[in-house]
Parts: sequence; structure tokens; C-alpha cells
Amino acid sequence: MLPYVVHRLAQGAVILLLVSFVGFAITLAAPGNAMQTFIDPGISVEDLRAAEARLGLDQPVPVQYLRWLGQVATGNLGWSSRTGAPVADLIGARVRPTLTLMGTAFVLTLALALWLGTITAARPYTWLDYGVTGAAFAGISVPSFFSGMVLIYVFALQLGWFPTSGLESYAADYEGWARWLDRARHLVLPVSVLVLTGAAELVRHVRGAVVEALQEDYVRTARGKGAPPGRVLRHHALRNGLLPVVTLVGLALPRLLAGSVVVEVIFAWPGMGRLLVESVFARDVPVAMAINLVAASLVLLGSLLADVAYAVVDPRVRYG
Amino acid sequence: MTVPATPPAAPPAPLGPPGCGRAEGPARRTWRAFRRHRLALVSAAVLLVAGVAAVAAPWIAPHDPYDLAIGANGEIAFAAPPNGTFPLGTDAIGRDVLSRLLYGGRVSLSIGLVAALVAITVGSVLGLVAGWFGGWTDRVVSRFADAVATFPALFLILTISSFVAPSVVSVIAIIGFLSWMPAFRLMRAEVLKLRTTVYVEAARALGGPHVRIMAVHLLPNAIPPIVVQATLGVAEAILTESALSFLGLGVQPPVASWGNMLADARSITVLSSQPWLWIPPGAAIFVTVLCINFLGDGLRDAINPRATRQRL
Repeated sequence: MLPYVVHRLAQGAVILLLVSFVGFAITLAAPGNAMQTFIDPGISVEDLRAAEARLGLDQPVPVQYLRWLGQVATGNLGWSSRTGAPVADLIGARVRPTLTLMGTAFVLTLALALWLGTITAARPYTWLDYGVTGAAFAGISVPSFFSGMVLIYVFALQLGWFPTSGLESYAADYEGWARWLDRARHLVLPVSVLVLTGAAELVRHVRGAVVEALQEDYVRTARGKGAPPGRVLRHHALRNGLLPVVTLVGLALPRLLAGSVVVEVIFAWPGMGRLLVESVFARDVPVAMAINLVAASLVLLGSLLADVAYAVVDPRVRYG
Repeated sequence: MTVPATPPAAPPAPLGPPGCGRAEGPARRTWRAFRRHRLALVSAAVLLVAGVAAVAAPWIAPHDPYDLAIGANGEIAFAAPPNGTFPLGTDAIGRDVLSRLLYGGRVSLSIGLVAALVAITVGSVLGLVAGWFGGWTDRVVSRFADAVATFPALFLILTISSFVAPSVVSVIAIIGFLSWMPAFRLMRAEVLKLRTTVYVEAARALGGPHVRIMAVHLLPNAIPPIVVQATLGVAEAILTESALSFLGLGVQPPVASWGNMLADARSITVLSSQPWLWIPPGAAIFVTVLCINFLGDGLRDAINPRATRQRL
């Protein structure tokens, strides 16, 4: 197992390097450079060249890239061209809200998809099955900003059950449990949007996998030995059906991240996605690039974990 | 392809798996299987209507989508609720929502179609090349596809839109060139399967040039799954375009697209008290994408009669 993980980490590092190179190339392709953003427009050409030389902007591109890479490797992601603040600090402040949002959505998505997928597989071609399948089709077809707006309209504006936006209530200095409750209430609607889309994507695959597993010989054997139907379903069919689903879960991570961008914008959630959109509007390339790098790392980590999880749920898999 | 000579079966049960091995050609069988997928048929009809409405927008739109709308009383109607003159009301700067919806459909549908076409073309060509030549070519292209797929596409699309001035063409190019990976994987897998078949081996032994083998023997046989992928790709592209335009980084006003029509509703006032501004475009995207997904599902069932799939 360990050699495999090391191998995968090395592979991930190569991909990250490629990602960083593409990112750097995009930065160069962008019109203008860092100097032109900050400098006094009346500066003389000589002074400009001198300033560029001081910052290393006159060096050949590969040299610039390696120097930038060296900085990134030591945790210095550069400075925002909008505010001048260190990029690492800007992103650091936004990572937790995004992870809270995504983590909650991820766990609930998985639970909902596994539950619905299993119960529909147990009763194929019934009204329940058609209902869930239809809802799944609707879920993958609705733009997340639209479902978000409908949820805000109904549950925040009309019914007033949940707040419309934000991470927590301003000015209301809640302490302890009250604060947790307040945050949880803010989390409900954005998480619902992500779960709706994510579970819709996954539930069809879970259903398919379990239906297939139910036709296997070992399920017939289990039934023949008199195992109760619920146990056959959960213990024999679902467990085996999980295998292909694990891979899909790893692939679902990029989608979840992408979905979080739109959700964070609609619900004014102070996360990385919204920071990315703000940076793009402000042409703040260092911040945008760094967010891409962080997102790519998260996705790589996710797919690595999915592969490791695959080995855990399937003892036949031996990586070596 | 040999077809077992069983006599034509009686009309099949509505819910059973599509029968295979009937004595009829593959095209006819595909059509029969597709026809049985009733939702896919209905979806195709809805899409046809949407397509015709989009094409005919200049003739059927009741008002100018870019100009101030003059109401029945001769005054400019700002943010008017739906009424007899304006079936879907008007927006905050006095434009007719129905006309904008029709013109927006032109933009959103054509971006979806063309972007998916770009993605399918790029993916198919790379998949053909990687699958056929194998070895280093395959490894390089496959790793490249992995690297592109690693990026959450929307992140990269957003970053690129920060330097490329957003326009219809740039949106098509960005979406097209960042969503070719599924088509690539599919085509590569098909080619790997096909390259061991006897007729491909024969073509190779006869010394056919690579391009000819790819174009005549490989590509046509891989078309059915690619068509399904293309259909789903259109749905995906429409969703991506609408998200981009919603965020303000896609199609730019005054040109209407379904996504940027919803962007106005990011204000709570519009959201709460002017639902006619955001429900119609949102519903249009939803219904269109839903129908495309049903259509793709029907096509998939139709070309793959052996698959045990649920049907609606």
C-alpha cells in the first residue's frame, strides 16, 4: 500500500507541476505585468527598466518560472495585485468556509445517494423508483444558481425559515451553542443546493451498481441460506455495489468545487470560490492562479483518497 | 454483422428490456428502441419547438429585445409585471422579457451546440490518435487529459476569462477546449477495442495509410457512443455558459443569454418582488437541459439494446 501511495503522490506532484506551468504561462500571456499595475505612469523608461531588473522581470521566462516555483514551494504565493496583501493570507482566510461548505455537502450527498440508490434498487420499476430517477434527472439539469434562487425565494424570503446569505448573523454576538446554531442555519440552504446536484449525479450510479450486484450468485446464495432481505441488500449487494461508486466519488470532487463557486456567490459565502470571482473581476492574477493551484491540489488529494478507499473496501485490490 | 434469424417478435412489453436479435437492420432496431423511450420522444419534440422558436426569434418576438418597450398607454413600461402587451413583463430598464428570452435562446442554444461540437471534435481526434498509435503518443496525450481534468473546469474557465475579453466566440472556445476529456476517453477506449478486430487488422495488413484506417474503419464504428456523449455535452455546455454568464463573465449585456438574464436577479429586490424576471430564463435553461439529458438517455438505450437500464 505504502509504495502505491508514494507513487501516486509523485504522480500528483508531476501533475501539479504541469498545472503550475500552465498557470504561469497564462500569467505571462495576460496583458501588462505587475509593474504596470503599481507604477506611477509618469516614470521614465530608464527607471522602469531598472525597477523591472530589480524584480527580475527582465530575466528569461524559464528563469522567471523557476524563481516563482521556488517561492511557491516555500509557501510564498506572491502578493495580490489588487490590495498588495500576501496571497497566502487572503486564501488562508477563505479556505475554512469553503471546506465547511464542501465537507458538509459531501457527507450529506454521499448519505442521500447511497440511501436512495439502495432503496430504489431494491424496488425497481415501482413509483418510488420512477420518482427518484425523475428527480435525479431534474437535479442534474437544473443550474445551481437557479435552484439556489428558488430556495432563497421560498425558504428565506417567503417562509423566513433560513437566512438568505452569509456565514453567520452580523452584529448578533452569539456565544457558544447559539453561535453554532446560527452558523448551521446559514449553512442549510447553500448545502442543499450542492447536495441536490451532487446526489442527483451519484444516485443513478449507486442504483445501477446495486441492481447489478443483486443479480450475482452470492446474493442468491445468501437468500437461499435464509438471510433477511434487508441484510442481503445492505450487507451483500450494497457493499459490493460500492466499488464502482468509490471511483465516482473521487471524480465528483472537481464538480463539487466548481459548484461551490456559484453557490458561494449567490449566498455571499466568504469562501475561495467567491474570492476567485472577485479576483477575476479585479484582474488580480496572482490570487486567481493561487486559487487554481489550491483547487488542483484538493482535487488530486481527493482522487488519491478515493483510490486508497478503493483498496480498503475491496480487499482483493493490492497495489504494489 | 450476423443477425440471428428469429421471427419478428410480438409488440414488446412496455417495461421489459429492449429485445435484441430481431430480424431487422441495426438502424431500424435503433429507431424502434428509441421510439419506445417515450420521454425521449417528448423531449425531442420540446427541443424542436425550442429550436424553431430560437431560429425564428426575429419574426415571432413581439418586441425589440434591446429597445425600450412602449406599453398600451403609450408610456415606457419599466419593470412591469406580465400583462396583455408584455406576456412576461418588462425588465428594470424597460425591455420586453419574452423577446429577450427568445433572443437569449438563440445565443444559449447556439453556444451549447457549437461548444459541444468543438469539444467532441477535439476529443475524438485526440482519442483516435492516442488509441491508434498507442505507446508514447498515448501516454503523453492521456496524461495531458488527466492534467486538464484535474482542474475544476469552472475555475480555469473563470481565470482565463479574466484576460480574454468575454464574447460569444471566447465563451465557445473556452468551454469547447476545456471539456473534450470525456469524448477523448470514450474514443480512445473504442479505438483500443476496435484495433483488435479482424477487419481493422485486415486493413492494416493491406497497408492502408493510418489516416484512412482511422477515418474509414475506426471513426464510423465509434460514432454511436460519441453521439450520446455529444448530446450530454450540449447539456453540460449550456449549463456552463449559463453559469459563466450569470457570474458576469460570459455573454455580455446588452446581448441576452439565459444565464445573464438571471444575473439581474442577484439583487434581493428583483428576487423577491419581480419573479417574472428570473423564473422564465431559469425555467428555460432547466427544461432545455432536462430534455437534452432525456434525449441522450433515450439514445444511449437505443444504441445499446443489451444494457439493463431503467426507463421512465
